[in-house]
Amino acid sequence: MAQPLVKKDDDRDDEADYSPFLGIEKGAVLQEARVFNDPQLDPRRCSQVITKLLYLLNQGESFTKVEATEVFFAVTKLFQSRDIGLRRMVYMMIKELSPSADEVIIVTSSLMKDMTSKTDMYRANAIRVLCRITDGTLLTQIERYLKQAIVDKNPVVASAALVSGIHLLQTNPEIVKRWSNEVQEAVQSRAALVQFHALALLHQIRQNDRLAVNKLVTSLTRGSVRSPLAQCLLIRYTSQVIRESANNTQTGDRPFYDFLEGCLRHKAEMVIFEAARAITELNGVTSRELTPAITVLQLFLSSSKPVLRFAAVRTLNKVAMTHPMAVTNCNIDMESLISDQNRSIATLAITTLLKTGNESSVDRLMKQITNFMSDIADEFKIVVVEAIRSLCLKFPLKHRSLMNFLSNILREEGGFEYKKAIVDSIVILIRDIPEAKESGLLHLCEFIEDCEFTYLSTQILHFLGIEGPKTSDPSKYIRYIYNRVHLENATVRAGAVSTLAKFGAMVDSLKPRIFVLLRRCVFDNDDEVRDRATLYLNTLGGDGAVVETGEDVKDFLFGSLDIPLVNLENSLKNYEASEEPFDINSVPREVKTQPLAEKKAPGKKPTGLGAPPPGPPSTVDAYEKLLSSIPEFANFGKLFKSSAPVELTEAETEYAVNVVKHIFDGHVVFQYNCTNTIPEQLLENVIVVVDASEAEEFAEVASKPLRSLPYDSPGQTFVAFEKPEGVPAVGKFSNMLRFIVKEVDPSTGEAEDDGVEDEYQLEDLEVVAADYMLKVGVSNFRNAWESMGADFERVDEYGLGPRDSLAEAVNAVINLLGMQPCEGTEVVPNNSRSHTCLLSGVYIGNVKVLVRLQFGLDGPKDVAMKLAVRSEDEVVSDAIHEIVASG
Amino acid sequence: MELCPSIKNILLLDSEGKRIAVKYYSDDWPTNAAKEAFEKAIFTKTQKTNARTEAEITMFENYVVVYKFVQDLHFFVTGGENENEIILATVLQGFFDAVGILLRGTVDKKEALENLDLILLCLDEIVDGGIILETDANVIAGKVASHSIDAGAPLSEQTITQALATAREHLTRSLLK
Repeated sequence: MAQPLVKKDDDRDDEADYSPFLGIEKGAVLQEARVFNDPQLDPRRCSQVITKLLYLLNQGESFTKVEATEVFFAVTKLFQSRDIGLRRMVYMMIKELSPSADEVIIVTSSLMKDMTSKTDMYRANAIRVLCRITDGTLLTQIERYLKQAIVDKNPVVASAALVSGIHLLQTNPEIVKRWSNEVQEAVQSRAALVQFHALALLHQIRQNDRLAVNKLVTSLTRGSVRSPLAQCLLIRYTSQVIRESANNTQTGDRPFYDFLEGCLRHKAEMVIFEAARAITELNGVTSRELTPAITVLQLFLSSSKPVLRFAAVRTLNKVAMTHPMAVTNCNIDMESLISDQNRSIATLAITTLLKTGNESSVDRLMKQITNFMSDIADEFKIVVVEAIRSLCLKFPLKHRSLMNFLSNILREEGGFEYKKAIVDSIVILIRDIPEAKESGLLHLCEFIEDCEFTYLSTQILHFLGIEGPKTSDPSKYIRYIYNRVHLENATVRAGAVSTLAKFGAMVDSLKPRIFVLLRRCVFDNDDEVRDRATLYLNTLGGDGAVVETGEDVKDFLFGSLDIPLVNLENSLKNYEASEEPFDINSVPREVKTQPLAEKKAPGKKPTGLGAPPPGPPSTVDAYEKLLSSIPEFANFGKLFKSSAPVELTEAETEYAVNVVKHIFDGHVVFQYNCTNTIPEQLLENVIVVVDASEAEEFAEVASKPLRSLPYDSPGQTFVAFEKPEGVPAVGKFSNMLRFIVKEVDPSTGEAEDDGVEDEYQLEDLEVVAADYMLKVGVSNFRNAWESMGADFERVDEYGLGPRDSLAEAVNAVINLLGMQPCEGTEVVPNNSRSHTCLLSGVYIGNVKVLVRLQFGLDGPKDVAMKLAVRSEDEVVSDAIHEIVASG
Repeated sequence: MELCPSIKNILLLDSEGKRIAVKYYSDDWPTNAAKEAFEKAIFTKTQKTNARTEAEITMFENYVVVYKFVQDLHFFVTGGENENEIILATVLQGFFDAVGILLRGTVDKKEALENLDLILLCLDEIVDGGIILETDANVIAGKVASHSIDAGAPLSEQTITQALATAREHLTRSLLK
């Protein structure tokens, strides 16, 4: 079709913009579509018009219902023509128009005729079109032809039928499932793509039958799959089978590993990669299993094809998170990728190196990165900054060079998101690495001297106000802060005033000078700045006398607003100006649960209610925020650890409750996540009554009841205990849920006024030694072990008695200690008689602990264990032994 | 469904990022505006890279995008973030080479627009509803180019129409040059 579709314009100076569709207009094309109705069809012309229509649709033009119907009816006339080219265009057009059910009937007979045609192209395409536009009723009529097509000699026809089957399975599973004999036959096809499509369909038909999938995989892995795509599918199915079988058998046997490993030697790159990736993603993969996969990925790293390099480095990057040691072999190849043309590859290489690097290589790496940073986009820089942050947390000793790096890039050009990532990183490092605090704060100070982002300036000023006064020489920050009052916009100025006031409140020696500065701010031209200055002058007693700052003033300055902003907003809206001043204490503090009516939105199945919801996001951050928002617990100090939720009720009971144990230095807080699964009930004043008679060292100090617990809106109630500071006290607690129950009319959602007091027995809860242990991994256990030294090493031997298997014994000890297994040593190879397991963790009081466990089979079932502990404190080393001895 | 390799979209854009032919197989971009935004973003992101000898690759908003450029044409294939990159690259290569064959070596925007029907058919033969149909460029081009007349048509009609068509094609080709 070389003929231009539209006459070329006369002016030829715009040669580059020439297009056959120049000036095309929907109305005109629709007019042109009338040629479809000509008694003497001109196939060439009709094809051109269809192309134009498709062009319009492709450009995002839409047809109205009437237009679409008209075009559709006109197009159906074209079935008269026997021109294959035109017929192909007709098929495409019908698919694009996606006709409605009553329109489909018009073309059904034509398409069914084509389905049985002798021309392969007609059969294949007619099947695809018909299956795309048909509904279930028609399907039964054509089912016979489809079954035939699946085993058609022509691979194109067979593929068309199989792919259509895959699509139809979503809407009409019961029909497609009847084809499994034919599909099974097609799996054996000699045509590569047919095999691929047949395998995909067969697996989908059987996916809910685990045994059948297992059989399918078993028979096919013996090797009859030709197509690389089908082989990739088979690898995916195989890893699925491995995943599911791992849950059943604890023997550590990896049934299809040999198959996966064999695929690493396949001739198609996509298969090699698929297999390598599958191996790296195996649950609890051992370093021995990993090695061959890493080796092929390493080869890909030096490929000339960017896609291969990218695929390999992305996979290795993921592996580095869990098995950094396994990836270190690739470090040299990785380093050469830093200068890769493709910046995505370079960034992935850098972040992988940052994960696998050890302490000694940090400086060299930073040098390389510095050159690299200047020529990548912000989005990549953010990834690098985040990687550097975690590296710094891993190697706190290196904070100086890493912090320097961050401050250098902070000074360079960059957008908001990038700068924010850097500032966030510095703030986190200051929080977590005490030695980095002063230099970090100064870097931030320098940054706000020339910061174009108001948000970042105010955040930093706020942070300075909290951290600055606690440093050795607070006065050096004042200049930076006061400069803001001169140079910045009103928002930043107001922030600076607050920060100044905080310094004044905390550092008595600075007070007189702060007063001088604040008094100057009273003449600012912005009212917020003036108001704040005046307020602080008054609260701090700025009449010249240097007085001790009162507790409530400090509270006012440093305390966080513990009222949900939504509630405050509502209260302020409802407040009517009157003689009575607004009382902030009248604002409800509880986070409002959503009203019942909203919760019962359609589509939400009530079956999922049996199990309690996972509660608020289980990250430590979220818990920390939650707990510090509760005034009773605010003075407990820093949260050490939050356990995973422990279920206190059976599934499918009336009330579902689980508990999260929050460990503080001198306190323990139980957070009970409760869910009411009875639509006809509203619970009020929900509290858990805890009997701690079997936990002698604990004394209840506070509890926070839940005011109301409507149906299906999880809520939390808390109970706090005091315990001896720094001591890993253990004990058993029995729990009773107590509440007032009110009947609810499910149709209106209204609760009755009167309630009845009731109780509900929960299961017991234990605080165990593992609760005082944070799972913190180390990347190189040997190095860590050596550098810890043998000063506080404690070694002893234990008999663990008869056990089911070595693996079971290893798991039991790991769970008892609650420590992080390192370097994949938690996996016990099958049939081994002995095993060494390496564990690392941080014990309460922030004491690093490393454990080396050596297990051996002593007699047929008896397991003996040698336990070597190294830590920074001999008391802790002894404590670990005590845990094992008493466990 | 999630285990089967799937293609989210295939795009053919010009050197300004404008559509020549695009095909979406996923509901991730429900409106035309969303589609155009995606095309614009991915075009801007890849514009300055050199993807002329080997296919290049990038991550974008949790999609993996492989791409290759020739003259003023930009070819893209998008998959989910966990898709096997090499499978996506194979699809891209199939599309790219098939277009090359169909346009008889002159692969540029003008030629592509003049043969838009072939490009659209090509897309139709590569992927069906996200599932890969064929990746061999020769097979794809072969399926698209079979412009003969139905075998059932009368012989006389077939020859005359065919001869006329070929003649006209040759004539216009020589005129245009």
